[in-house]
Amino acid sequence: MSGDILLRVEGLTKLYGDTVTGCREVAFEMSPGEVLGIVGESGSGKTTLLNCISGRLPPSAGTVAFDTRVRGLIDIYALSEPERRMLARTDWGFVHQNPRDGLRMDVSAGANVGERLMAVGARHYGRIRGQAQDWMEKVELDLGRIDDRPATYSGGMQQRLQIARNLVTNPRLVFMDEPTGGLDVSVQARLLDLLRGLVRRLGIAVVLVTHDLAVTRLLADRLMVMRHGRVVETGLTDQVLDDPQHPYTQLLVSSVLQV
Amino acid sequence: MPNTVPMIEVSGLSKTFVLHNQGGVRLPVFDGVDFTVAAGECVVLGGASGAGKSTFMRTLYGNYLASAGRVLIRHDGAPVDITAATPRRILEIRRRTLGYVSQFLRVIPRVPTLEIVKEPMLASGVAEAQAERRARTLLARLNLPESLWSLPPATFSGGEQQRVNLAHGFAMEYPILLLDEPTASLDADNRRVVIELIEEAKARGAAIVGIFHDTAVRDRVATRIFDVTLYKAAA
Repeated sequence: MSGDILLRVEGLTKLYGDTVTGCREVAFEMSPGEVLGIVGESGSGKTTLLNCISGRLPPSAGTVAFDTRVRGLIDIYALSEPERRMLARTDWGFVHQNPRDGLRMDVSAGANVGERLMAVGARHYGRIRGQAQDWMEKVELDLGRIDDRPATYSGGMQQRLQIARNLVTNPRLVFMDEPTGGLDVSVQARLLDLLRGLVRRLGIAVVLVTHDLAVTRLLADRLMVMRHGRVVETGLTDQVLDDPQHPYTQLLVSSVLQV
Repeated sequence: MPNTVPMIEVSGLSKTFVLHNQGGVRLPVFDGVDFTVAAGECVVLGGASGAGKSTFMRTLYGNYLASAGRVLIRHDGAPVDITAATPRRILEIRRRTLGYVSQFLRVIPRVPTLEIVKEPMLASGVAEAQAERRARTLLARLNLPESLWSLPPATFSGGEQQRVNLAHGFAMEYPILLLDEPTASLDADNRRVVIELIEEAKARGAAIVGIFHDTAVRDRVATRIFDVTLYKAAA
């Protein structure tokens, strides 16, 4: 591990076909424990960027370097497929907007959490179940429901289960795509509080993609504003929200309804 | 007496807002401000409402971006220019050195009052038990009924929310404190408590910059007045 840089993205471009731009020439760095919010409207390229930097979508150009435990800072697309998959199971987490995309709906809640541990070599059933229980408690899920399938859970419970499944391997970097997107407002508030506590306590770095500026104010240290595939503004979260510099950011901030 | 270590050193500071979606209108606020605050001083910003006092204070905090000039904040014994610092560095400075109490409380919806007051202490490594003690002491001093401490402040009155805000802001003994109308919605008893808190902070050597419309409070706490309007930029 090489200290202060956890992720370094350089010249990242993703084109669909020859002409359609997903994202273009994106560059940034992240330190351990830092929470980076990526905001922008639908079609701004934030999800494309998230998929590229999380190893799920090879970019057309540019590099994504991650500080691996064994080999230090290395381009993730230069790793072999099994190496990259191992990274995704251990040091990374990915929280999808729709928990169904991140959970296995046909096995129990406990197995959903335990499965990720088994994928990294855990074999002792009692210990796996113990850790699964521990994480269900951390995300405030009722232990009496550990053997139920996630299909019987509410949306908010599924989302908390997805978070537990991701955090059980102590990842150093978690990617989140609209994690509060499909939830009722009251459930959102609870999840935000939970996420904030976990991220602070565990010192996890997070890349958080959202179109909800209020969510970024509560969770993100730093913001990146995207438009038409490019980063148009970046800075300290409250500074970008309270004193936006770019015309597009000014429009975005002034369009939010005040409650 | 205030000693001479500058805790805040502002030079050539300017701020102009540019409203791109209103035809690029430029709103100059202040221009070329030089300003120093030493440890143990409480400098009150003077000038009429709308003169740019809050804007000036937010620029010191790194919440607004300076258009020109620099703001040196003494952090861990060395000056750091907050106008050029990385977000990570600014957050670290705010965590341990630079406190800010605004008129408004902004919190996560369901978090209880006591947790809100403890948060800045826990974030900077104060032990749980000590944070709890300090939070309770402050909330009691600010006369917030104990029955409210376990509740989220969303439904509190303006004055009660402001007292939660003050407890949150004074929980850490920051070397530098920025106070934007901290007594705005308080009654006389609680105003008196805030004056005491400010006096105690001065006595332990904090450098304070404040905005107070209440002249009685201002006259009690100010070591001097600094008039931002003297630097009013030409439109």
